[in-house]
Amino acid sequence: MKNTAIVASSTAIIKGRKQKYMYFRKSWRFHLMLLPAVLAALVFNYAPLPGIVMAFQNFKPWLGFAQSEWVGWDNFQMVFTMKDSIQVLWNTLLISCLKIIFGLAVPVAFALMLNEIRQIGLKRSIQTMVYLPHFMSWVILGGILLDVLSLQGIVNQALTFFQVEPIMFLGDGDWFRITVIVSDLWKEFGFSAIVFLAALSGINPEYYEASEIDGAGRWKQTLYITLPSMLPIMAVVFTLSLGNVLNANFDQIYNLINPLVLQQGDIIDTFVFRNFKGGQYSLAAAVGLFKSLVSFILISGGYYCAYRWTNYRVF
Amino acid sequence: MYYKNPSYKAFYYCNVFILLIVSILCVLPMLHILAVSFSGKSAAEGNLVTFLPIDFNLDSYSETLSNGNFLNAIRVSVMRTLIGTAVSMAVTILAAFPLSKSGYEFKGRSLYVWFFLFIMIFGAGLIPHYILIQKVNLIGSFWVYILPHALNIWNIILMMNFFRNIPKELDEAAIMDGAGSFGILLKIYLPVSMPAIATLSLFSMVGQWNNWFDGMLYMSSPDQWPLATLLQTIIVALDLSKTGIDFEQLELLSNRSVKAAQIFIAMLPILAVYPFLQRYFVKGIVLGAVKE
Repeated sequence: MKNTAIVASSTAIIKGRKQKYMYFRKSWRFHLMLLPAVLAALVFNYAPLPGIVMAFQNFKPWLGFAQSEWVGWDNFQMVFTMKDSIQVLWNTLLISCLKIIFGLAVPVAFALMLNEIRQIGLKRSIQTMVYLPHFMSWVILGGILLDVLSLQGIVNQALTFFQVEPIMFLGDGDWFRITVIVSDLWKEFGFSAIVFLAALSGINPEYYEASEIDGAGRWKQTLYITLPSMLPIMAVVFTLSLGNVLNANFDQIYNLINPLVLQQGDIIDTFVFRNFKGGQYSLAAAVGLFKSLVSFILISGGYYCAYRWTNYRVF
Repeated sequence: MYYKNPSYKAFYYCNVFILLIVSILCVLPMLHILAVSFSGKSAAEGNLVTFLPIDFNLDSYSETLSNGNFLNAIRVSVMRTLIGTAVSMAVTILAAFPLSKSGYEFKGRSLYVWFFLFIMIFGAGLIPHYILIQKVNLIGSFWVYILPHALNIWNIILMMNFFRNIPKELDEAAIMDGAGSFGILLKIYLPVSMPAIATLSLFSMVGQWNNWFDGMLYMSSPDQWPLATLLQTIIVALDLSKTGIDFEQLELLSNRSVKAAQIFIAMLPILAVYPFLQRYFVKGIVLGAVKE
């Protein structure tokens, strides 16, 4: 029984004409199945790549790539000497790094806490509620936040009730950054915890039984069994999230930003989009290319490290 | 056992209490918006509403739903969600099946893996992408909502990992019975992959329904906008110049309870499908993410 299974599964190593023919037939079907995905990738992901040259041109849409004037590194030079762009880079780094740190710590803590709950019904209800914001778009959440965080909004009403001065959450630069980080955390922490909950449920219960015999309490168990078992998956999530260092979430910031907080809230993506709308194609493309290159290095580095250290593979 | 210990019991109740507060905080803003949308106009404008409607009425809903622009946007959103999800799921499932095979069973696999891996880590950026969409004549076409979203590599990876957990014996039995690759995919893999298919369909549907950016970027005429783009301009950007809404409606739309009703209508389809798919998606993600 087991032998036939092994033989049948390894079509590739079976010798003989008939089997080879069968393998070939199967293989062209595999290529056919991949054809739609490959076509979509070629058209929408690979075909735009040559367009990157516009970062080195003074691109005019009516002239196209062929006739637009070549300017070398001028666009990059201009961007990096602009005072705005240094501020934008700093904003992006600050917001995204804080998001990465809290976006790892809070879901882990939440998963640990939720793991203690033994009533299945209660556990499931909590999960239903905390996953919900993840599925809402930043347009909807932006609309909700504009309403509840306004000066007369329900949050400031509650603050007034507790004798706290009303806060301009979206109108003051420092509060804007805090609001952006906290609201992103609020939206995603529950959903990000899923992968940690899965890791928790995969821990061998025998470890806990053995430690109980040795007299370990729940706190000791968490410290010496649960956390060490979660370290590999935490390392993977962290290294992979490093690819987002220049990605502070366009959808969110674009829907919450206003002229009052442009100085402290503007990030690379909103900067690119504004310049693009203003007709500064090449400048915007240069900034976009800079971001793509840095992300490329960070993401591939992250994948490589995750593979080397924890044997994680994307594909 | 540790949970009979009195100090653990104290911790346990604190823990439950904190978790309940946190999870209620996750839905409270939505409840507030819901209450505002059902409230009378004066109560809403006067910020008197908390979590229960005051002067309960359905005026803001009837006003919103009698607006032609809004209805049209809902139609575009429904169309793009249905067609977009179907196309994307077809591409995902077809691509995930061969990729779930080992390099022995599928010789070209590693080539395809590198081909897809590259676009996961390097993108051309917004402007070259926009120029391309212009060149392939998709500006102003409904298909700009569908085709660029047809390929989602993360979904392919999740689906592929799910397929990998399907016992090889099923394949082998089918091969013995003379089934081809398409037959195996359709008759064996699809029926047992329902949790993963439900999960990825949910992700894809939510992504389509929520996408506002491509409408704003590629559609010059507001009657081709999906609901998310229309709401973005009305509620968030407060820019009514492009929407073609006349002056009478303008006053109506700036009303707080009408805005709340619009937000709630945009959330409704997600709220409707989410509870049914929740039991699948936890399973789908977990099986897809944790490999043996």
